[in-house]
Amino acid sequence: MTTAADKRMSLADAATLVKDGDIVVAGGCCYSRTPWAMLLELLRAQLRDLTLGRNLMCYESELFLASGAASKLISSWVGIGLRWGIPKVFREYVERDASVYEEWSHLSFGLRLLAGSMGMPFLPTASLLGSDLLKRLPAQEMRCPFTDELLVAVPALVPDVALIHVHTVDAEGNAQIEGPVYMDVEMARAAETVIVTAEEVVPGEAIVRRNDHTQIPGFVVDAVVEVPFGSYPHECHGRYEADFAHFDAYAEQVSADGVAGVEAYLAEVVERPGSFGAFLDTVGASALMEQRRLARELVSA
Amino acid sequence: MTGTPEPTPVELMTIAGSRLLRDGRVIFAGVGAPLEASVLAKRLHAPSLTIVLEGGSIGPRMLPGRLPVSTNEMRAAHDAFMLTSINDLFLYGQRGHYDYGFIGAGQLDQYGNVNTSYIGDPDSPKVRLPGSGGANDIVSSCREVMIMTRHEPRRFVERVDFITSPGYLSGPESRRAAGLVRNRPVSVITDLALLGFDEVTGRLRLDALQPGVTEADVHANTGFELLVSDTVAELAAPTEQELAELRWLRDGEQSDTATRREVTSAP
Repeated sequence: MTTAADKRMSLADAATLVKDGDIVVAGGCCYSRTPWAMLLELLRAQLRDLTLGRNLMCYESELFLASGAASKLISSWVGIGLRWGIPKVFREYVERDASVYEEWSHLSFGLRLLAGSMGMPFLPTASLLGSDLLKRLPAQEMRCPFTDELLVAVPALVPDVALIHVHTVDAEGNAQIEGPVYMDVEMARAAETVIVTAEEVVPGEAIVRRNDHTQIPGFVVDAVVEVPFGSYPHECHGRYEADFAHFDAYAEQVSADGVAGVEAYLAEVVERPGSFGAFLDTVGASALMEQRRLARELVSA
Repeated sequence: MTGTPEPTPVELMTIAGSRLLRDGRVIFAGVGAPLEASVLAKRLHAPSLTIVLEGGSIGPRMLPGRLPVSTNEMRAAHDAFMLTSINDLFLYGQRGHYDYGFIGAGQLDQYGNVNTSYIGDPDSPKVRLPGSGGANDIVSSCREVMIMTRHEPRRFVERVDFITSPGYLSGPESRRAAGLVRNRPVSVITDLALLGFDEVTGRLRLDALQPGVTEADVHANTGFELLVSDTVAELAAPTEQELAELRWLRDGEQSDTATRREVTSAP
C-alpha cells in the first residue's frame, strides 16, 4: 500500500490513473527516453478514445491508432527516424481521415505546454505566422498590446496525464534526468496527473546529494514506477542506445503487412509476454547489455 | 580523382551547402544533408561554427560513422557544450541568436514556401508527410534560411499544396504583412544548382550550376518559371578532400582508412 509520501506502485496500478478519453502526453522525444513501458501498459489496459500528444512521435503513433487506444494524435512530426521514414499505418490513418492528427510546429507545441506549466492560458510566438498550419489549428493571430507586432497566440495545453521516463527518482517522485530534458519538465508541471517511470528508484538522500540535478519536484508527481530499460527499444541517454535492428524488423513487418504487422507486433511485445519485464526477457540480457555498451561509447567520461 | 568514386547527387548538394557556411556563426540544422553539410563545414573551413540541433543539443561534435538518425538522440548530443530543453533551444532562435537555419523540403515553390505536411488536399490528403517538426520555427526565426533538396519536378512545383514553412508566401509584401519580419530566406541548394531569391519579387533565381549541369537541365527539372541571374556561375567540383571527409563522417571506419588519415589533419 502506498502512502502520500511513498508513491511507488506497479505499471498496472499506474495505468489505473488514466481514464478513457484522457489527453495523455508522453515525454522524451521520438525514440529517445520514451516512456515505452508505460505506453505499452496503457495498451495492455485497453484504454479507449485517448488523445495522445508528443512533440516528436515515433511508431507509438500507429500502435495507439491501430489498437484503438487513441482516437486522436497531437504532434509536430511523426516518423521512426530518417532511416525508416514515416510509420506506414499512421500515414494510412491520416490519409483516410485527416482529423485523427493535429499538426503543430515543434516550438508552438512546446509553448502550449510551457503556458500550461506557467498556469497561463496562452503564450505568444513568432512561429506559425503565414503558414497553412495556423489555418488548421486552434491558435490565433494577435497584436502585441505594447508594440503592435503581429504574433500567434497558442493556447495552454493542460494534459490529464503526463508519462515521463527518467534516470533516477525517489519514492516521493523527486526526479533527475541525465542528458537532454526535451519537454519533460513542462509536461510534468502542466499535467493534472504525472506518472514517472525510472531506470532506478533511489533513496531520498541520493537525490539530495545531487539536488542541483533534480528537474521534477515530487509534489507534481502522482506515481513512481521502477522500470529498468523502461524505454527499450528506444534509447535512454547514457544508459542504452536505441535498438536500430528492432526498428528495422518492425518497419519491415509493417511495410509488408500494414495493420496486421502492427497487430502482430502488439501480440509479440504486449499480449504474449503479459508484462514489460517478460517482454525484456524475450529480448535477453546479452542484447540489452550490448545496447548499454553502445551508449557508453557516446557519453563523455 | 583516381580511385575516388564520383560524387552522388546528395554529396554534390551537401558539399555545395557546406561551402556557404561561414566561420563563427551559429547554425540550426536539420538531420540528414543539412547536418552533414554543417559538420563538413566545421571540419574543413569553419572550425568555430556552432551547430545546434532540435533535441536540445548545442555545439555537438559528431562521431564519424555514427551521425544521428534523429535530432534528439545520443549521437546528436555527443560532446555538446550544452544540453538544454527543446523550448529553450528554439527560444534562443526566436530571440535572434541563430545566424543560419538549414532545412530540407518535400515540396517547394517559386517563393521558397516549403511543404512537408500533405500532398493533395489537406482535408483528404493523397500522401501524409512527416510534418513540420522544427522547420516552421526555423524559417520563422533564424536570420538566414537555407533549404537543401534534390532538384526534381515533383518537388519544385508552381504552388505547394500546403505551406508548412513559409518562404516569401506570394512576395516580400505578403511576407511582411504576415508578420514574418525577423529574418529572410536566402538560398536553395540542390544537386543541380544554387538558387537565390530576387529581392523585388521574392521569387527563386538561378545563381549557379553544379559542375556539368546546363541551364536547360535546371529548367527541365523545375515546375515553374525560374528567374535567371545575369551571370550564372559554375560551382567548383567537390575536391577529393571534401568527398573523402564527407564519406568518412558518414561511414566512419568502414571507409578507406588511407584517405581518412590524409584528411584528419584538417581542423
